[in-house]
Amino acid sequence: MSRLEIITPNKAQLVVEELYKDLERRIEASPPGLCPVDMSRAFLELCHAQTCGKCAPCRIGLGQLKNLITDVLDGNATMETLDLMEELAMSIMDASDCAIGYSAAKMVYNGLIGFRDDYEEHIREGRCTCQYKHPVPCMAQCPAKVDIPGYVTLVGEGRYADAIRLIRKDNPFPATCGFICEHPCEARCRRNMIDDAINIRGLKRVAADFAGKVPQPECAPSTGKRVAIVGGGPGGLSTAYYLQLMGHQVTVFEMFPELGGMLRYGIPNYRLPKERLDDDINAILETGVEVKHGLRVGTDMTIQSLRAEYDAVLVTIGASTDKKLGIEGEDADGVLSAVQFLRNVGKNMIEDLSGQEVAVIGGGNVSMDAVRTAIRMGAKKVSILYRRRIADMTALPGEIEGAIAEGVEVRTLKAPAKIEKDENGHVKGIYVTPQMISRINDGRANVKPSGEEDLFVPCSTLIVAIGQNIESAHFEEAGLPVSRGKIITEKFGGFDNIPGVFAGGDCATGPASVIRAIGAAKVIAANIDEYLGYHHSISAGVEIPEPNLEERVPCGRVELTEREACERVKDFEGVELGMTENEAMQEASRCLRCDHFGFGIFKGGRENVW
Amino acid sequence: MVNVIIDNIKISVPEGTTIMEAAKMAGIPIPKLCYLKGINEIGACRVCVVEVVGKYRLLTSCNNCVEEGMEVKTNSPKVRLSRKRTVQLILSEHNCECAVCARSRNCTLQTVANDLNMIDHPFKSEYKKEPWNKKFPLIRDSAKCIKCMRCIQICDKVQGLHIWDVESTGSRTTVHVSKQRKIEESDCALCGQCITHCPVGALRERDDTDRVWAAIDNQETITVAQVAPAVRTAWGEALGLSPEEATVGKIMDALKRMGVDYVFDTTFSADLTIMEEGNEFLQRLGSGQLNARPMFTSCCPGWIRFIKSQYPHLVPQLSTAKSPQQMFGAVMKTYFAQSIGVSPEKIHTISIMPCIAKKGERKMELFDGEYAGCDVDTVLTTRELNRMMRSAHLDPKVLKDIPCDELMREGSGAGVIFGATGGVMEAALRSAYYLVTGTNPDADAFSIVRSQKFGQEHVEAEVTIKDTTVRAAVVSGLGNARKLIDAIERGEVHYDFVEVMACPGGCVGGGGQPIHDGEELAFERGKNLYFLDKNAKIRFSHENQDVLKLYEKFFEKPLSHKAHALLHTDHNAWDMPKNTH
Repeated sequence: MSRLEIITPNKAQLVVEELYKDLERRIEASPPGLCPVDMSRAFLELCHAQTCGKCAPCRIGLGQLKNLITDVLDGNATMETLDLMEELAMSIMDASDCAIGYSAAKMVYNGLIGFRDDYEEHIREGRCTCQYKHPVPCMAQCPAKVDIPGYVTLVGEGRYADAIRLIRKDNPFPATCGFICEHPCEARCRRNMIDDAINIRGLKRVAADFAGKVPQPECAPSTGKRVAIVGGGPGGLSTAYYLQLMGHQVTVFEMFPELGGMLRYGIPNYRLPKERLDDDINAILETGVEVKHGLRVGTDMTIQSLRAEYDAVLVTIGASTDKKLGIEGEDADGVLSAVQFLRNVGKNMIEDLSGQEVAVIGGGNVSMDAVRTAIRMGAKKVSILYRRRIADMTALPGEIEGAIAEGVEVRTLKAPAKIEKDENGHVKGIYVTPQMISRINDGRANVKPSGEEDLFVPCSTLIVAIGQNIESAHFEEAGLPVSRGKIITEKFGGFDNIPGVFAGGDCATGPASVIRAIGAAKVIAANIDEYLGYHHSISAGVEIPEPNLEERVPCGRVELTEREACERVKDFEGVELGMTENEAMQEASRCLRCDHFGFGIFKGGRENVW
Repeated sequence: MVNVIIDNIKISVPEGTTIMEAAKMAGIPIPKLCYLKGINEIGACRVCVVEVVGKYRLLTSCNNCVEEGMEVKTNSPKVRLSRKRTVQLILSEHNCECAVCARSRNCTLQTVANDLNMIDHPFKSEYKKEPWNKKFPLIRDSAKCIKCMRCIQICDKVQGLHIWDVESTGSRTTVHVSKQRKIEESDCALCGQCITHCPVGALRERDDTDRVWAAIDNQETITVAQVAPAVRTAWGEALGLSPEEATVGKIMDALKRMGVDYVFDTTFSADLTIMEEGNEFLQRLGSGQLNARPMFTSCCPGWIRFIKSQYPHLVPQLSTAKSPQQMFGAVMKTYFAQSIGVSPEKIHTISIMPCIAKKGERKMELFDGEYAGCDVDTVLTTRELNRMMRSAHLDPKVLKDIPCDELMREGSGAGVIFGATGGVMEAALRSAYYLVTGTNPDADAFSIVRSQKFGQEHVEAEVTIKDTTVRAAVVSGLGNARKLIDAIERGEVHYDFVEVMACPGGCVGGGGQPIHDGEELAFERGKNLYFLDKNAKIRFSHENQDVLKLYEKFFEKPLSHKAHALLHTDHNAWDMPKNTH
């Protein structure tokens, strides 16, 4: 007889482990809008099945809680039921022996507090306030409501130009977004329930890579109306594009020598090659947009003067000023904001950093852009200083991995304390206070000083990438409502008491994404058209192909590859490599066509015309 | 063309043909339940699944298209099992007490289950009884709803009122009045199109037949009925009569056999409506009141409810004339009551209508003059008439074609076509021409306002009468009406006179008509009305001798003081639900 045994999982256990993974992915693809009371009931049943059965509160109590929730859902409950549930949940939280019991009860308790309204509606009216909100998850998540199943299928059929036409209906920056869209569309992709989300951004890039030049649709007959747009970033240019198609004459006022805003002066060339950005901008300009460069609102003109000269005015100035650290020594030479640093590079003012040590403060995408740019400028050593952990960074994981691959040091749990200058007032380095990770509040882990001594990080360039603000002073003076540095518009993108003036993009939302600015641009273009007294419509003239009826068998997601790290750091050329046509066809065929199968065919909300 | 093999039959069909349509061309009717052509092709019920050779999962045939070389099995073992299980599941969610259901014998679920030889199902019955206001003319029984979503789709896509919506999620997903409203708080027009497109008994009209029986049984009460033009085109459908056999005279006979004391044809009051509305139109046209916006017809209560909730600022553009139903009720309780020497309180007026909204209309404005209360005391739909006749075990074959009662017997062809889209406009133009010129036009001179097919968006016509050009438009279906009004409001079109009927095709396609799942019979029924008009003894409302006598003896002339009191209404005297947009 053996004294010890090697434990091997049995078949049932292996299958259950697979099912856990399936469930995880399924929850990841869970659409918003589901009845929270019903979800609580379902979670509770899962939790209850996990109980070991030893302790009474967990073994019996979770079941009784489920019975009470079911009473609520079945219309057999009163307000007293909620009191009983609350008491029971609390007593299970207090009396359970282990987390299986008390964390399950806490979920129910949190729900009782968090969506009390829905509980009460069920009890009072026997009705639920919820509705299935994401018939086509990708489209529902896209701020610009781009027809994703449509263009994915077109790409799969090799109809790249039609794909571009369809994308442009909602987004005139197909190439740009093919490179750098943050792709919220992929987050809830239903394909997650089978294997993994569709690589939607990659397929958009395929369309842009292979379509060649796609002519613009004809503009509507001229209305004689003139619209001024302040700021030539993605939001301003998208609005200009749609207004031109509607027959209005747009003039874009841009303070820099070239158009594109943050796309040109913020995002480095290796992520978005400028010639590809130019493809999109030139296509937009083909519709007849007028551009005036070198003019700045507040100094060269005012909102009032533009309003007097034009039929409508749109403010899309973005968010291009930097946030300060607020620590000693910040005024030292060699300390600059990421916005400034990247803008100089965007203007081709590329400093040689050979032999230098560079430190960048912040954990967002802009910080990654700064470090990877500094590497390409020849810096000897580039470090990210971040007060939390890598997992807490807001940058896309791919960007962090890219930076690390290119040799960037990531120094986490380091909070900036004091900047040290040399005798000439130039930055010599920065003292950082070591942190330790701490309690989680509102889903985010806090940090606190670990009690260790401050460390000195030597650097001759210090880049601060902790967020941006907008230049709102002039707009505040002009009477636009400004709060916490943002222009506060109504839902239609304008102001109730200032007819004819609109605002959108980062300056109205705070720093956000390209696709959000484009989404706002659509809304504003439609509302400016309406304000001018018209009802023009925008359509693609592309018929959406029928879905293919092949089985959707599990199949890996095609990921985009990158140029070798040791090669790409030597230049500013694009890092990411697009899909081959072969890969694109396979990837497109993975699309579940939620616009056709499931709720999408009923209430998919496809807008062939807007 | 695409070549496919369906159940071993080779067939070539145009590209883009659904599997279901292709199978139909091959002579194979695939069972279906939620499908409604052009309206609801969402593959919700999964009854129409088929097997495509080489594919593991089944496909719905209603909304997936054939592909070149596709081989389809519509009745393979896999399909048979899946279809059976699916129907059993739907039955488990449906109150299957068919013996006490208004749709028994005309229920698509019942038919599908019967056809599949289903004599039992193994699942626990789970259906939810949600409360509903049983006083409302439109009744929903949640226990019978199979969530086919057709009601939502008809109201969204055809009527554009969005009264229904999906509510809740998960296993408790159901259909309910949208935006958490109760039906009586909603802006439901009561068109009843959701009822006539419901495959089961989840939606129906409030049954008022017991009220009629009670009035008939009460010896003190004189029952006086009227039968709307559209009813004659459809009542025989449910009783196995051909259109030729199912004459309006047999309805009169049936009503008399069931004990109704006096029977009349609403065609009479349609002619009366033309006299009032036609004169009102000429007056408003002449005084320049229609320069900016047209006058709208007021015969259709679904339309009245719609305009009041959706375009309240346009209510003054409605004709003030009551609808033929209401006019007839008013005349029955005054002129007619006097003629038979009874007080109006002893009269119970009944109308047989193709319509649900008429049940609401009768309560909208209460009269307090020569009589107190409603012009019409009970409104029955064509379907309720059918059910009443069945319950009275009348054999439709023995019914005789009998005339209406005297005094208000005559009705013109112009009055008959009130039941079809364009009919009110055509009748009005015929008489307007006479009123302006003193001579009759050719009776078919204005047939251009007739619809050419079912589902036509709108018809417009410019008609010259003497030296006046009348710009007329005719529209049916509330979604179409909304489009037309929006175009008028944007100044893109201008008309003097617009006829609106809430139901597609007009009253012949009304929400109270017999139900034939998957068929739209409005256009065919309308043709029947135009045939009756063509062969009518008189074809002009102003030649209706009984109407002329009514003016001579009672109202004096159209738009007289008395006519205003009894035959016109104030559309602002009542409110559509306040908490609607």
